[in-house]
Amino acid sequence: MPLILSSDTQMVRDTAHDFFKERAPITALRKLRDTNDPDGFSRALWREMAELGWTGFLVPEDHGGTDFGVMGLAQVMEAAGRTLAASALVSTALVGASLLSMAGSDDQKSEHLPPLVAGERLFALALEEGSRHQPYRIATKAEKQGASYRLNGQKVFVLDGHVANFLIVAARTSGGRDNRDGITLFLVPGDAAGVTRPRTIMIDSRNAAQVRLDNVTVGPDAVLGRIDGGADVLDRVLDRARACLAAEILGSAAEAFERTVQYLKDRKQFGVVIGSFQALKHRAARMFCEVEVTRSAVIAACSALDENTNDAAALAVLAKGKANDTLDLCGNEGVQMHGGIGMTDEHEIGFFMKRARVARATFGDTAFCRDRYATLLGY
Amino acid sequence: MTDLTTFRAETRAWLEVNCPPAMRTRMPEEEQVAGGKRANYVRSEQKIWLDRMAEKGWTAPTWPKQYGGGGLSGEEALILEEEMQDLGCRSPLRGMGLSMLGPVLLEYGTEEQRQEHIPKIVRGEIRWCQGYSEPGAGSDLASLSTRAVLQGEHFLVNGHKIWTSNAHLSDWIFCLVRTDPTVKKHDGISFLLIDMDDPGVRPRPIRLISGKSVFCETFFENVRVPASHLVGQLNKGWTIAKRLLEHERKGIGGIGARNAQKFEVTPEDLAKQYAGEENGRIADPELRHRIATYSMNAHAFQLTRRRAAEEAEAGSPPGPMSAMFKYYATELNKTRYEMLIAAEGFNALGWEGEPFTDDEIRLTREWLRSKANSIEGGTSEIQLNIIAKRVLALPD
Repeated sequence: MPLILSSDTQMVRDTAHDFFKERAPITALRKLRDTNDPDGFSRALWREMAELGWTGFLVPEDHGGTDFGVMGLAQVMEAAGRTLAASALVSTALVGASLLSMAGSDDQKSEHLPPLVAGERLFALALEEGSRHQPYRIATKAEKQGASYRLNGQKVFVLDGHVANFLIVAARTSGGRDNRDGITLFLVPGDAAGVTRPRTIMIDSRNAAQVRLDNVTVGPDAVLGRIDGGADVLDRVLDRARACLAAEILGSAAEAFERTVQYLKDRKQFGVVIGSFQALKHRAARMFCEVEVTRSAVIAACSALDENTNDAAALAVLAKGKANDTLDLCGNEGVQMHGGIGMTDEHEIGFFMKRARVARATFGDTAFCRDRYATLLGY
Repeated sequence: MTDLTTFRAETRAWLEVNCPPAMRTRMPEEEQVAGGKRANYVRSEQKIWLDRMAEKGWTAPTWPKQYGGGGLSGEEALILEEEMQDLGCRSPLRGMGLSMLGPVLLEYGTEEQRQEHIPKIVRGEIRWCQGYSEPGAGSDLASLSTRAVLQGEHFLVNGHKIWTSNAHLSDWIFCLVRTDPTVKKHDGISFLLIDMDDPGVRPRPIRLISGKSVFCETFFENVRVPASHLVGQLNKGWTIAKRLLEHERKGIGGIGARNAQKFEVTPEDLAKQYAGEENGRIADPELRHRIATYSMNAHAFQLTRRRAAEEAEAGSPPGPMSAMFKYYATELNKTRYEMLIAAEGFNALGWEGEPFTDDEIRLTREWLRSKANSIEGGTSEIQLNIIAKRVLALPD
């Protein structure tokens, strides 16, 4: 399990860094926010990202992808994290592509993956129902009606839920509220009768929606994967999602950290630059350590997922847990060390702190990751 | 790749034959072999194991063969370490000669000095200690005042070193001495090798909070040291001193990556044993939470060490990362001991005697010892200063 990047992966990283820096700087996110852009991201930019092949990194070759792997997508996401770029990377290139590739029937893959790779079709996983990430706590019901299913329930924090062409809904087909068994995934068209999906305006100015399912009827071909066995594929996809999101968070943390260190070198008080004060130096040095340690965990998790090693699940929550804490640290310290200017909307450092909380809550906060890590390691 | 595969197989086979079973057990601290003329081998296998490994040069796997080292590449040395870890082989020899002085002599020593000292370090014949800190020179090491005056063919040394670990058990000491008091403090320091048999050298053990006396203070009174024992140039010792500290920090940063790991008790095991378990979980949720937090940090740090090793193999130059390792590893190790004694509860509070077990008392003493980790070899605060200066380029 290598912990250094191959030259192919390094090329992806370099391309992605240049791309986001030039095409999707934080000013682009600010503009989407200030113009109340109804999509919440740029569709033109998304097509460019598809042309660069990123949407196909987790899609098999016979369905139009390259199967380049988790480590490759993580490089793109880390670069996106540096500029806090809004895109459908998480909802579609990562989660949607993984769910369809891993659980989809041949027909479903042929129908959905080529347009996904082309950047023409968006997906959104409708999973969460409570106030935090609890992937088995599913109350949304799917009742069998002849050959069809009738879905009823309420989902929250559905990333890209209001713009997705298809929702992938986790619904209960059997079992009680917290049972791991009895969860089934359904492909539901975003515009199906009975679906309402108002966008929720989030602190990070990125996309999320509430999804309400009122007697939504879908056919048997809407079932994605095994009836009652949705948790098996969800677990694997969520491990991937945690590792790749950890990469995005790492990018944001590294950027917030580097900007803050630069500020310490620029800002003068008492006749000297404030970076000469030991109280700030030590805190900056601690951030450096945490960013480096997080980077190792992220690379290890992606490497393990690509090689399908036994410790991949533990490494995924290790990466996500460390990344959560590191971006919290760098975001908070970033604002504090920038002082008054850090409190202004005009300055960009605050964007990192706001993104930190949303990214942290996505696919498992630190408490979730710690619990899963300990459980996987047998204590 | 096939060469390495062969090397792994051969190494494994050799270890299986040559490492005595008694040396594949958990190593109590008092059975750690440091060599030297005063070495006390509790079991005969310790000496057998040391001699067999030294014969191959594998006590110092990457050092050149001409000085008795193993001559292994970094990759081969890693394989040796992995196979030793897998079999649970103890380190045959540890000490400041191996971890600090040897690498510095290889880099800065004269050919004579290397031939004189390095083979003896490899074979564990001479035990070295470190004469760095002084009562008035701790974190501000460069303000040291032990004087060495060059008088013809000899230096005359007078002064007082402190925290000289195991000086009372050592044969030689490598010392930082002031050879020019008239210039800027960093520019008047030299690096000297001193034979502790000289009657003017007097080590005195210091009793520590753990009840043990691994640290000493060492007095030098009119000690005559041949001028040929100077390493590097006169008054240029600070460069060597810093390089040696990098090796020291790397060594301390390696805590937890030792071969003994296989036998190490984990906080989660102790927590289950003392606090109980429910459905396979540590019964005390707060303790479980703290232990998981620690373990995740330790895991991520271990991956960071591996990443650095892989980067080094790939040709990236090693940087001031060693400062980060020392800081992070020692803080982690202290936390590890906090978790271990927290897991034991009342049972970790015994100083000696009944009803406490030997393991419990040993752990408690080790917990106290661990507090030195973030002080010795440059405090955590000094490490953070170094990161801020050298990595982040923040101004003084």
